[in-house]
Amino acid sequence: MKNKEKWPLSPSMESTQHISLKKQYALFIDGKWVAPNSGKYFPSINPADESHIADISHANEKDVDLAVRAARKAFPSWSGLAPSERAKYLFRIARIMQEKSRELAVIETLDGGKPIRESRDIDVPLACNHFFYYAGWADKLAYAFPNRQVEPLGVAGQIIPWNFPLLMAAWKIAPALATGNTVVLKPAETTSLTALKLAEIIEEAGLPKGVVNIITGFGDTGSALVNHPDINKIAFTGSTNVGKIIQRAIAGTGKKATLELGGKSANIIFDDAPIDQAVEGIVNGIFFNQGHVCCAGSRLFVQENIADKVIRKLKLRMKSLYVGNPLDKNTDIGAINSKEQLKTIESYISIGKKEGAEIYQPACDLPKKGFYCLPTLFLHVAQSHTVVQEEIFGPVLTIQTFRTIDEVIQKANNTPYGLAAGVWTDKGSRIFNLTTKLKAGVVWANTYNKFDPTSPFGGYKESGFGREGGIHGLAAYVKLS
Amino acid sequence: MSRIEVLKTYKVYIGGQFPRTESGRYHTITSKKGEPLANVCLCSRKDVRNAVVAARKAQGAWAERAAFNRGQILYRIAEMLEGRKSQFIEELLSLGFTQKNAQTEIDLSIERLVYYAGWCDKYNQIVSSVNPVSSAHFNFSTCEPMGVIGIIADNNSPLLGLISSLAPAIAGGNTVVVLSSVDYPLNAVTFAEVLHASDVPGGVVNILTGSLHETAPTLASHMDINAFVASNISHEFSTSLQLNAVDNLKRFFHYTIDWNQQNSQGLHFIGDLQEVKTTWHPIEQIGGATSSY
Repeated sequence: MKNKEKWPLSPSMESTQHISLKKQYALFIDGKWVAPNSGKYFPSINPADESHIADISHANEKDVDLAVRAARKAFPSWSGLAPSERAKYLFRIARIMQEKSRELAVIETLDGGKPIRESRDIDVPLACNHFFYYAGWADKLAYAFPNRQVEPLGVAGQIIPWNFPLLMAAWKIAPALATGNTVVLKPAETTSLTALKLAEIIEEAGLPKGVVNIITGFGDTGSALVNHPDINKIAFTGSTNVGKIIQRAIAGTGKKATLELGGKSANIIFDDAPIDQAVEGIVNGIFFNQGHVCCAGSRLFVQENIADKVIRKLKLRMKSLYVGNPLDKNTDIGAINSKEQLKTIESYISIGKKEGAEIYQPACDLPKKGFYCLPTLFLHVAQSHTVVQEEIFGPVLTIQTFRTIDEVIQKANNTPYGLAAGVWTDKGSRIFNLTTKLKAGVVWANTYNKFDPTSPFGGYKESGFGREGGIHGLAAYVKLS
Repeated sequence: MSRIEVLKTYKVYIGGQFPRTESGRYHTITSKKGEPLANVCLCSRKDVRNAVVAARKAQGAWAERAAFNRGQILYRIAEMLEGRKSQFIEELLSLGFTQKNAQTEIDLSIERLVYYAGWCDKYNQIVSSVNPVSSAHFNFSTCEPMGVIGIIADNNSPLLGLISSLAPAIAGGNTVVVLSSVDYPLNAVTFAEVLHASDVPGGVVNILTGSLHETAPTLASHMDINAFVASNISHEFSTSLQLNAVDNLKRFFHYTIDWNQQNSQGLHFIGDLQEVKTTWHPIEQIGGATSSY
């Protein structure tokens, strides 16, 4: 019997009463809200019910140029400001974000489809803390780079994805400002709202005009930003394909880049692992944020002798997951971010079936409207399956088994990606062996999908380069001599 | 009657061996007066690929050597070079270097090796961190070698440029494929003999000679190279190599630098070729509030 039939939960909806949203959003350039030169607006849709939330400006090349000019104009005085004063602005931003945290969480969930539990307990607090963390670095940079002269790079162009909209904005803006750069940030087209709310917070914090500019739009807007001649730095989080396009575009220009790209991370369960905790870790690894996570543990490797047990427990656990309205506090898996992404995921699921993998999805009623996808397992897959090789960016997990540690290291590393990995075992020496052997920037041992402002994040190989977070995250925004 | 001198064949260094280029081609290095000094291998794309295979094969074991041991080996290279200094200086004199410049080039090369030898078991202490995360986890970040590095040695510096790019790479546990100076390759080949006598495992350093326009694009676009380092090349050449490097997102570094300067060595040359790895592990909460006395 399904647990959910035995013990149904009453809906527990988060209120949307206390949020303030405009009908239409202009661009935030040079401290002012300006209408886009293009004259074009596009709708932001709530993926949970396909309702229209607000109209967003579509910035064109001219708007991008205005924003970059504003950032350039603001750069000398911002970089010349006493670092301790710069810090205070960042502390202010962090504090106002904390004050408005519930509003930000609700808007994040409305606009992006992630469960309110996640935006409230993970995204928004981490974003606030990121500002708070980097604020304190502003006047301590000499300690981070001993024996070097530290200078800011200039104007940073920053392009962020739709999976953690506010958190990614914080990851980009906070270290850039702390080190004395000015910023032009472009959020993803499906999730502009919390970045625009952040612009309001930045305004409220009294930041000098032009230090942070937020322009909304599509890929053409991002491309105009990357190719603008007066940008010194590109920070991009998104797909590996776009990352490579950016690398080609900036070759020979002297623009510095940090790229945080795709992943196909291995989550490895050994036979001595605490199985129940590991199952929670598997679920958190792949179903957190509907699997829209670059470091999602999307390739599960289970030691052969415990595979049946792990798969049985995993299926049972999946039956108890609530897929539904992201504003409901019971919801475990919210809405897929966009119709387009849902199509991508569905096409991968049909490829997986076509290539002969065994599929498992728990029975579950999905809402009639909106974009939803059932949590999905693919069993009996090989390294050659498309669903094992390519990043799906949805709640789809592949399961492979292994016998020896050498075998699993080879399989885990056999991918062009290298963002993250998980290891579940009770044996400390094995953890340390694996953390050195796995070619990945983050290794979670007996845990998964944990983030912190002090903890550097970023990948090996085609998962990009540079780190965000921690002392190592500062290097992305400074010129050393 | 004067003795007939035994002339040296300048071969390349791949996987701890001294083969000729598989292409069978050569280019002649001449003295300042135009007299032929040596027929140096004109390496092919196939030589580059062979060298990458050798470097990849050697990388895991080299990275797993104790940092202390890598330091000893780098120091050993310096010792061997010191002992054969005169041979290197003679080569440079024959190429038209002044005594003073030749002497400086080799002296600084030895100093640089000693400098990086000392870093091997220290850099990770400086660039690593324990990160005070808010949750109950132990979290630390440490550095790991990027893997196999492609290097274009400075064309104008026969030995110092090569060593300045190579030493920080191997000190950090990487293995390398070096394209030597095109105009002054003799020191590079003789240096391979020094490496060979210094307990450097075969494949850790591979040195090729020849035309950069033939070999460099292959090396820069090779999918099993993790990072690429060049120094003092033209902007145009650098841009084209950067484009070659995009397909597997190689980390690309082009240093415009005078290797004779003091600031042309440093921790950051090691750090450029390291990846930061962060590891998380839960900390058990067993109470213990009373144990703080």
